[in-house]
Amino acid sequence: MESLIPIIIILAKVIGITFVLTLPIIAYSVYAERRFAAVIQDRVGPNRTGIPLTIFGFKKDISFFGLLQPLADGLKFILKEDFVPSHVNKFFFWLAPALTMVPALVTLSVVPFGSTLFGEKLVIADASVGPLLIFAIASLSVYGITIAGWASNNKYSFFGGVRSCAQMISYEIALGLSVIPVLMHFGDLNLSNIVAEQAKNGWLILPLWGEGLTTERMLLWIPMIISFFIFTISIFAETNRMPFDLPECETELVGGYHTEYSSMKFALFFLGEYAAMIVGSALIVTLFLGGWSIGFGADAWVFETFGDWAGLIHLGVFLAKLVAFILFFILIRWTVPRFRYDQLMKLGWVVFFEAALINILIAALIMTYNRGQLSNIELAGATAGVVIFSVVMFYIAKSLDRMLASDAETPAKS
Amino acid sequence: MAKVTKLTRPELSKSDEVYLIGIFKGTLVTLKHAFKSVFGKSRGAESLNSTGLGVTMQYPEEKWDDELPEYYRGAPALVTDEQDRERCVSCQLCEFICPPKAIQIIPGEIPEGDEWAKVEKRPKEFDIDMIRCIYCGLCEEVCPEQAIYLRKDYAITGTSREEMIHNKERLYEIGGKRVGLVNKWNDLK
Repeated sequence: MESLIPIIIILAKVIGITFVLTLPIIAYSVYAERRFAAVIQDRVGPNRTGIPLTIFGFKKDISFFGLLQPLADGLKFILKEDFVPSHVNKFFFWLAPALTMVPALVTLSVVPFGSTLFGEKLVIADASVGPLLIFAIASLSVYGITIAGWASNNKYSFFGGVRSCAQMISYEIALGLSVIPVLMHFGDLNLSNIVAEQAKNGWLILPLWGEGLTTERMLLWIPMIISFFIFTISIFAETNRMPFDLPECETELVGGYHTEYSSMKFALFFLGEYAAMIVGSALIVTLFLGGWSIGFGADAWVFETFGDWAGLIHLGVFLAKLVAFILFFILIRWTVPRFRYDQLMKLGWVVFFEAALINILIAALIMTYNRGQLSNIELAGATAGVVIFSVVMFYIAKSLDRMLASDAETPAKS
Repeated sequence: MAKVTKLTRPELSKSDEVYLIGIFKGTLVTLKHAFKSVFGKSRGAESLNSTGLGVTMQYPEEKWDDELPEYYRGAPALVTDEQDRERCVSCQLCEFICPPKAIQIIPGEIPEGDEWAKVEKRPKEFDIDMIRCIYCGLCEEVCPEQAIYLRKDYAITGTSREEMIHNKERLYEIGGKRVGLVNKWNDLK
């Protein structure tokens, strides 16, 4: 019996965090997307779906602002015909939707949703390789989209798949490089510890309490903000969200990689995109915005006052931040028009790649300087090195840019 | 010779090239619209008669009936005159002109001794199939007796095909009485 308890706890965490928390958030982020898009465009959005009391002979339906819309959507997806075209590669056609949905959900396992509830950390796997695991698993989701595009045996789908493949690989580099200064600062890859550290000493991009007020943190603020920008924008590209949603860009590619999909298989792609968005937001919130911490030193007070129940409050805080970030994603989607494909690649390889590299060096310089391990000469040398590196990088970026531009001007020889 | 002016496309300034400022301004615009919609103050909501949550008029609750123009072409209907006489004399002109053949009339004699015997005919049956009707208004235009009119009813619904066929009774119910028109059968004039 004793040995069963840890298993039960893990099961409870898996079910609680994945099925009770995340899946409804995914469903409702679709609803939020539709309503938010509607109010941005001076429309109403889905506000009718509710309990159809009129069927049972009552006078009026209860609509709750259309809050039951996700249920109706899900029901529609389940009841639709699951059509498999005859010209597709059946095995991969079936495999692809699972390959997009599963990685997104697996990456949730290392995200700390809250502090501790009765001595149990609110994270499924308290792994000490958090961000690495997320990058490793998240990069698998490119297979889902690419295989879907290829298996569909349709040129538009294939274009979508290829685009997605190139885009995700390009932006993974920027993603990985931009997060290095953050990990250097914390010196730890365990996301729970990273959040606990931020709760104590100030969020990464809001270092206003604890040890956050030291000169080192103040100086580090600049590279961290740059990291935050690059990381956030790369997450947009990584999740195929709007300014970068070229894989499914309907004006050029019909529906992109999921053109041939219908019913629940399409729903898996659709919800997989939102799941990836949630994981991305969770990661940004965890790394840069203090995860579950309330901030301003209020966390210690919460731990004292609520004791074992503090985890619930922190869970609420985390979810609030998550929802705010999802709304930000939606706002950006309905604000910024889609990038052209060469612009997208240019942004990834010519701007972000170099900027992230320089950013790492600047962060490293600030850290070593503040720990007093450098003599003045060494410091001057290191600074000169960083400057020279930056200039070289800038020059390379410029020449690449010019090369791309001249390529675009001269018509292709055939 | 037309004067040719060459326009040069304006160069992007440095701040435009960074995009971030432009994106920030853009988010402000979309956010402004979002907040105005949420607080029921969408621009143009007033003139479009909506609740203000967007400019959409929420149809079954809010209707535009008051703003319908005089010439609105809704469901065709038969009318009676001020002495409750059926204006229709079943000449069948509307039946012949109706482009989708929605109107079906079975003419009937007015028996001797009836108050309006001198009119001689009135429809025994007058059916308009509202599934076929295209609301063109030709029946109204062609009617020599001014007996058929397109009214402002537009929500013609039913759950079966039979329900969608308006018979004479229903047509008079929609049409009602119409006064002050041609009065050639009226003795009082």
